[in-house]
Amino acid sequence: MRIFLIMLAALVASPAAASDWRGDGKLVLTDGITTVEGAAGGGIATWAVIAGNETERGVGATAHASHVALPDFDLEAYGGAVGLFDRVELSYTRQSFDTRGLGAALGLGRGFTFQQDVFGAKVKLFGDAVWDQDRVLPQVSIGVQHKRANRGAVIAAVGGADDQGTDYYVSATKLFLAQSLLVSGTVRLTEANQLGLLGHGGDKGDDHTAQFEGSAAVLLTRKLAVGGEFRTKPDRLSFAQEDDAYDVFAAWSVHRHVTLTAAYADLGDIATVKNQRGLFVQLQAGF
Amino acid sequence: MLLIALALLQTTPVAVAAAEEPIAPYAQSNANAGAKPFESDGMWRAFHGREGVDRIVDGLVERSLVDPRISDTFKGHDMVRLRRVLKEQFCHLLGGGCAYSGRTMKDSHKDMGLQTADMGALVENLQAEMNEEGVPFFAQNRLLAKLAPMKRDVVER
Ligand code: HEM
Ligand code: HEM
Repeated sequence: MRIFLIMLAALVASPAAASDWRGDGKLVLTDGITTVEGAAGGGIATWAVIAGNETERGVGATAHASHVALPDFDLEAYGGAVGLFDRVELSYTRQSFDTRGLGAALGLGRGFTFQQDVFGAKVKLFGDAVWDQDRVLPQVSIGVQHKRANRGAVIAAVGGADDQGTDYYVSATKLFLAQSLLVSGTVRLTEANQLGLLGHGGDKGDDHTAQFEGSAAVLLTRKLAVGGEFRTKPDRLSFAQEDDAYDVFAAWSVHRHVTLTAAYADLGDIATVKNQRGLFVQLQAGF
Repeated sequence: MLLIALALLQTTPVAVAAAEEPIAPYAQSNANAGAKPFESDGMWRAFHGREGVDRIVDGLVERSLVDPRISDTFKGHDMVRLRRVLKEQFCHLLGGGCAYSGRTMKDSHKDMGLQTADMGALVENLQAEMNEEGVPFFAQNRLLAKLAPMKRDVVER
């Protein structure tokens, strides 16, 4: 949280100041929130939109702090993203997965924490999710996420093939404004186990497979959106079945620069521990 | 600037103040409004008909004239005409049965150097006025969905 505030301060102190560069051009909530992997999107599903409030004339940025409180684990993520000319998004997020009391039961030690760094890049290819309301064509972006986990020894012990890896995705997002509905779908080529926290590939296979992420959200007011997401994941470690993830969320644009999101997330079984359902909260600041 | 305008208003008869400045001739057509109107009058009623649209457009123009993000753009333009044709355009699009007598969106905004952020500011001001008028959010978005693609004609890269 402290780091989040420092980042926020850094962002506020460095506005895009060059002559006709402008931040603050996008409409509230149309730049999404931040996924636990750091990309602009929903909470778990990546969207094709570019982070930040900037338009094609400017540079924008977001910072986020996210917390998923599960029955037996805590997942924390914080990071930032820069949007360049509403075309390119560069992001960094650090995730911490705290095993709390269960670390001891799993033989790792109480409070054992898995962490990983996620470096992301996204490029908008074509389309405009928000303005092109007379076309069905969505906004389409492609991206990469390079993930480096810190617990290589444990990852190897549970059968993980690698402690780092890269996901590739193509994402399509469309706002159907006349219906006040936002729809997004992403196909991700990945071999990540539990987002990469448990490494990449495993004893059940060591290659990228195509996985799907989908979101739908209804805008209820100018400042409030509610919706749901789901995401399929690979299942490459025989020691524990990996499940798909779901959530229902409400995102509230508290203020032009601040979005607060709360979600009820079902992450399925994680590392043999059943039914990890809990509350996801995220505070995002965007400029 | 505003002070001068006020001073002028005080010494000039109202009828003259409300006159429009002459503009170059152009072909009139409802197609100039930039989108097809709603077919039923449900949207027109959601916007409270003529009085509602008059309040929204007058409010939008006034709000934009004092909005530091975009007020400069309006300086030196004929606000009397803008209010009239904007009301016609909204009435036409909302299924109120008006004919639109103004220019195309491309011709109206030519050489103004407008950017996406200006479009965003104008839409926000319009949202604020529609809120003030009590237009339901879903009806607001249906109108905005018609206006949004006009960005291609309004914004110059
Ligand atoms: C980082 C510094 C900040 C910047 C650059 C900033 C900028 C802005 C801008 C541009 C608007 C206009 C939004 C619109 O037209 O809808 C606005 C509105 C507003 N700001 Fe700030 N603001 C900042 C911090 C704050 C803080 C710390 C508060 C209070 C805790 C605050 C409270 C508000 C409120 C209540 C509104 C009107 C609400 C709305 O219509 O969205 N702002 N701010
Ligand atoms: C969907 C968006 C917009 C619509 C539907 C729209 C509509 C119109 C209409 C109907 C006219 C009058 C045309 C005529 O005189 O025949 C007009 C003129 C004008 N618009 Fe817009 N407009 C839009 C966006 C903008 C934006 C973003 C700005 C600036 C921030 C702007 C500034 C002006 C100005 C200054 C004029 C006066 C032009 C003149 O006097 O020659 N408009 N607009």
